[in-house]
Amino acid sequence: MEFKNPQEELERFRSRLAVAGGFVLFCFTLLFIRFVWLQIVQHDYYQTRAEDNRISLVPITPNRGLILDRNGVVLARNYPAYTLEITPSKTRQLEQLIDGLAEIIEIQPKDRKRFRQLLEESRNFESLPIRTRLTDEEVAKFIAHRYRFPGVDIKARLFRQYPNGAFASHMLGYIGRVNDRDLEKIEAKELEANYRGTEHFGKTGLEQRYEFELHGSTGFEQVEVDAGGRAVRTLARTAPVAGSNLTLTVDAELQRIAEQAFGDRKGALVAIEPSTGGILALVAVPNYDPNLFVDGIDTQNWKELNESPDKPMVNRALNGAYPPGSTFKPFMALGALTIGKRRPEQAISDPGFFNFGGHHFRDDKKGGHGMVDMYKSIVHSCDTYYYMLANDMGIDNIAAFMGQLGLGSRTGVDIDGESEGVLPSQEWKRKRFKKPEQQKWYAGETISIGIGQGYNAYTPIQLAHATAILANNGVVFRPHLVKFITDTKTGERTLIEPKPTRTLGLKPEHIEVIKNAMVGVNKEGTGARAFAGAEYVSAGKTGTAQVYSLKGTEYKAGTVKKELRDHALFIAFAPADEPKIALAILVENGGFGAQAAAPIARQVLDYYLLGKRPKAPAQPDEAAVEEDDE
Amino acid sequence: MIRDLARRLVAPIDPPLMLIAGLLLLLAIGIMGSASPERINAQLMNVAVALVVMRILAQIPPQRLMHLAVPVYLAGVLLLIAVALFGDVSKGARRWLNLGFMRVQPSELMKIAMPLLLAWFFQQREAMPRLRDYGIAALLLLVPVALIARQPDLGTAILVLAAGFYVIFFAGLSWKIMIGMAVAAAAAAPLAWNLLHDYQRNRIITLFDPEKDPLGKGFHIIQSTIAIGSGGIFGKGWREGTQAQLEFIPERHTDFIFAVFSEEFGLFGNLLLLALYALLIGRGLMIAANAATLFSRLLAGAVTMIFFTYAFVNMGMVSGILPVVGVPLPLVSYGGTALVTLFIGIGILMSIHRNRMLVQK
Repeated sequence: MEFKNPQEELERFRSRLAVAGGFVLFCFTLLFIRFVWLQIVQHDYYQTRAEDNRISLVPITPNRGLILDRNGVVLARNYPAYTLEITPSKTRQLEQLIDGLAEIIEIQPKDRKRFRQLLEESRNFESLPIRTRLTDEEVAKFIAHRYRFPGVDIKARLFRQYPNGAFASHMLGYIGRVNDRDLEKIEAKELEANYRGTEHFGKTGLEQRYEFELHGSTGFEQVEVDAGGRAVRTLARTAPVAGSNLTLTVDAELQRIAEQAFGDRKGALVAIEPSTGGILALVAVPNYDPNLFVDGIDTQNWKELNESPDKPMVNRALNGAYPPGSTFKPFMALGALTIGKRRPEQAISDPGFFNFGGHHFRDDKKGGHGMVDMYKSIVHSCDTYYYMLANDMGIDNIAAFMGQLGLGSRTGVDIDGESEGVLPSQEWKRKRFKKPEQQKWYAGETISIGIGQGYNAYTPIQLAHATAILANNGVVFRPHLVKFITDTKTGERTLIEPKPTRTLGLKPEHIEVIKNAMVGVNKEGTGARAFAGAEYVSAGKTGTAQVYSLKGTEYKAGTVKKELRDHALFIAFAPADEPKIALAILVENGGFGAQAAAPIARQVLDYYLLGKRPKAPAQPDEAAVEEDDE
Repeated sequence: MIRDLARRLVAPIDPPLMLIAGLLLLLAIGIMGSASPERINAQLMNVAVALVVMRILAQIPPQRLMHLAVPVYLAGVLLLIAVALFGDVSKGARRWLNLGFMRVQPSELMKIAMPLLLAWFFQQREAMPRLRDYGIAALLLLVPVALIARQPDLGTAILVLAAGFYVIFFAGLSWKIMIGMAVAAAAAAPLAWNLLHDYQRNRIITLFDPEKDPLGKGFHIIQSTIAIGSGGIFGKGWREGTQAQLEFIPERHTDFIFAVFSEEFGLFGNLLLLALYALLIGRGLMIAANAATLFSRLLAGAVTMIFFTYAFVNMGMVSGILPVVGVPLPLVSYGGTALVTLFIGIGILMSIHRNRMLVQK
């Protein structure tokens, strides 16, 4: 144990203080030497460089890349429009100047607000738009008064334009003014220099996902400025390089026909080329006009879009999760074959209901379908068959098989913000619910899973993806919208590779059984009316998803409020022997699948395979209801 | 009566420290008037808040501060963990904690909490600290530093590390160990290089060759050295600096305000600024030398050296001899948070000075 010696301790501390003081002096001396070096020895050099700084670099924004469909149809382009611009450093008394301008050209408060914001963020040499999209008349008016406004100019700038308006808007997305969140993304990629002078950034859809490809590289103009910072003349110019063009796998004409087929109904359609995973059409209706966003959307339009009960801002194809209804049955049957729980010819006797634990699970057809084998179960959509099958397979086997088909997980399509949907399993339920009594999986819950009801909820793109996998005999391609990216400078194309991501171990004879039954659906079953007289062999499956369960009462579409009506679904691929297109359709509150969704599929397939254009939107086939229950 | 009140109000304030700080503040307002006049009012508000905080700290005796050491440190570390888990991301870093009504940056608090805790720690082991004690101190120091560096916020991490190191140094850590550590650090440098974020590496690369990326990362340093160099001996005069006025200097009211100052007031101005900082540091070290307890000594020494670190790192980076890390010029840069932190330090120094005799009597 050492004894404290305060005096000695204090001395030691003070010597340390002296060392610290010495260190401070040493470092300050270093700084001083550095200052002497810069300010005396190198002064002339830096003096010259400061003079050279009279040469300022002004960014030139590159043209944004185009978005084209697979046939070269332009879906997003840029068009020049006149803008009224002010160079702050060339002007005095900015506010009065703007007041003066407002006397000749309409300048709204929002224009002033935006200008002030730009002013804060920019450097003085840049000219900043105060009004965009001037009419020819306004341009003429300003030119007549130009002498009164030094530092104000009319410039032609490029604006993003979606020439088809609301068409395909959920896929294309939109661009808007760069905000803080966008800046973070830019900084994270260390692209601050390349984004100088850029005002727009992709906010949703392809515009968002491919922002950095579409942007291009910023050019610079060397401008000589006088002592007051006013630009005198241009000395040199580094040209900007336009952003890359995106060529999509999408067929714009098919997309248009699909969108029109919906009429004024709500819903989604996703069509995929099974052999590549390329998306042929991605419809989500209602949609919105992305042109509204380019220059900052005004509050009224924003309110209308956001508060509309139709929810036009929701991308139903990627973000809507719906029970698949009977479209689930072919996948159930395939799963049963694969894990050996059924043979195709095994038949059950359907009394019109399935009894489980004292509870009657009803079949839609009163009195039942009689003897039902696998073929008949799909063609006539027999519920009892699948109640039993689900019970025999068990929830975890169902979940494992459906998971392989991509149901209940994001497909990885090249648009951000896809929903996951719900693939129910014992594990899912444990995670989903907090209370222990809710976490337990009840065997009765498995029964309705078998007919695509219960907790089941998938996005239309997941259903289309699963259908494409089936059509493609178990070979899985990631669904994607962009086919290739073209560098506008070199013309070089970067292909988005259609490499199969994996192959499911499905037996060809099992796939054959399912495909054959689905052909039967469109020939003699629930899809037969919609596909009567088709010149190709198609495979399909109708589905109806309950929105609201009317306990005990008969469901009659006419008597139920529209928003409580069932969702209509349909999955299909064609031609059946060598599928070129696979699709999933959802019509919100459309009623039966055969009634509302199948006629849309007919129009889409007719156009894609035969080039036949429909004369009007697909009409709901009211008769289909009575003909065949699902 | 009113006079009496006024006297009581200013009594805890140490005149020499206040004078130096006041001169620096005046200088700051002057240069703000050139770099960013529209921000003067806001900065005066910040100064007012900081002075009130200083006055409160000057009143609190060191013994009471000592009791705060552990809770403040623990709160700081917990907040840093909370930031890592739920913090807001800004500019790619997770530094802020959103409490709903306000956003706080717990790393700033650590600049004071760290020396406070370590000074308390060594006070508990007043008899010759053993090697093990230094080890524990290092551990207490490295936990928050690691959390801050992970955010990533290199500037603050360095300042907190330095703040803690000064306490350990003043507590008497042997030279042998320090030299050993320096050698080990040099050896570990290549390893650390691999752990850095890309942008941090770029900053270091840019330090050695700013011309490599003249529009991006190198832009700051190139423009600020041009400003300093072109200022010459006497400077270009107030509001006459072309570099600053033509807006070539980025962040010219915050981290790079020294470039504006140096361009307009030249070498003489720089000398004045260095002298003011040296006086401030000298006064602080003097207070440390005369402090009553080990706790007060260590705390005063460390707080003083924090000022030095701020000043040296900032001027070093702006003049291009240190990498660019976000450290403001003490008492001069625009912004409230660092100002309050520094005036807490000054308040603590004043309190320690006032209470220098209490224990010895």
